[in-house]
Amino acid sequence: MCLAMPGKLVEIFEEGGLKMGRLDYDGTVNKVCLEYVPEIELGQYALVHAGFAISILDEEEAARSLETWREFNRLREKEGAVAFDNRPVKVGE
Amino acid sequence: MKYLAEYRDPEVARKIIAEIHRVTTKPWVVMEVCGGQTHAIVRSGIDQLLPKEITLVHGPGCPVCVTPLETIDQAIAIAASPGVIFCSFGDMLRVPGSSRDLLTARSAGADVRIVYSPLEALQLARENPDRQVVFLAIGFETTAPGNAMAIIQAEREGLANFSELVCQVLVPPALRALLASPANRVQGYLAAGHVCTITGLEEYREIASNYKVPIVATGLEANDILEGLLMLVEMLESGRCEVLNQYSRSVRPEGNLPARAAVDKVFGVADQKWRGIGELPGSGLRIRREYQKFDAARRFAVESLKVSEPAECISGLILQGLKKPDECGAFGRRCTPESPLGATMVSSEGACAAYFRYKPLN
Ligand code: SF4
Repeated sequence: MCLAMPGKLVEIFEEGGLKMGRLDYDGTVNKVCLEYVPEIELGQYALVHAGFAISILDEEEAARSLETWREFNRLREKEGAVAFDNRPVKVGE
Repeated sequence: MKYLAEYRDPEVARKIIAEIHRVTTKPWVVMEVCGGQTHAIVRSGIDQLLPKEITLVHGPGCPVCVTPLETIDQAIAIAASPGVIFCSFGDMLRVPGSSRDLLTARSAGADVRIVYSPLEALQLARENPDRQVVFLAIGFETTAPGNAMAIIQAEREGLANFSELVCQVLVPPALRALLASPANRVQGYLAAGHVCTITGLEEYREIASNYKVPIVATGLEANDILEGLLMLVEMLESGRCEVLNQYSRSVRPEGNLPARAAVDKVFGVADQKWRGIGELPGSGLRIRREYQKFDAARRFAVESLKVSEPAECISGLILQGLKKPDECGAFGRRCTPESPLGATMVSSEGACAAYFRYKPLN
């Protein structure tokens, strides 16, 4: 029931008084209700649950966690750490 | 695919796992609340790579699994009524009621249809004015906004032939019940990212401070779960009981306000029965008096039947994090996704189904 994948908004329209839209998931396009993300704009990504967009993906926050992970990689590579290594490893200051 | 591949990158996973190993010094029992997370964990094998000090237990967060037998029996009774088009998410069709499931009811002639959204059921009601269209409105806080919107819209259009059989469950009251139980051994929670997207974090803050447990609102991909786990273990190791937000790309502290307002308009909080767990106070939603005419349980006067669950099914204990699926004697033998004894085996989000699919019996 939980679709973790965000879709990109490619169309906005109205249907029976409800704000609706189409989200593109890498070529597969799905109709969703946008009533709960009224401020959404074309090109933004949304997360959907049972036909309703429940949030607009915050691209800044998404980038931030990806950046943290990249940082992780960098630090650990510098330390020469081995993945799955159980011994305590010091991560840079 | 954008915003997906990164969250499954095994290189990243390895680094986070190494980091979890580094910070873990004591044994910790951690529950992931959401069934989607359970699947991501078992599918990716994360649980095998964690420090042996960390025990992951699977929580009650599969809406299909916790829907009580009574609801299924009511659904079947309504579906079998003349002139009814009964709509449900596909997952619910094979959930066993006390004597049969919706799929069997369909083979026996009931008009049972699979929909992906309550708005599709609404559309069927518009197209079939001479039929009664009933939607099985189950789920956690994530499905409630859609189910509320369908009712608001039916009211607006004056659709007299649409109603919902409601079985909405709420996560925080269930967490409180688990935490208050003397059998509880869980010390920290990964809260379900999509539920928190709707509700926000207020109630979780209250739980964290009242029960002295750290909670991390966590996404559904493998690396989200690992990062959430790292944040949780760091709090456990340093004795902090806060609520942190790993899934900040979707969860805002206040939740989704228009969705919360719609839910509040249509539904009020009520006591709710959970399959395998029993009745938990204030853990469900009921249609408010103003919208009562859309309540299918009233419209079709279906009485709650007292029914018992298969004796050997331990799904109730599994949903409370007290047992794991492979500790069930029936698992993979008398109980398989083909012929399930309990809802945790039927549902694609159920813990038993996850184990069956990704961890077959040796
Ligand atoms: S394996 Fe089947 S019988 Fe055993 S707990 Fe899971 S659903 Fe119930």
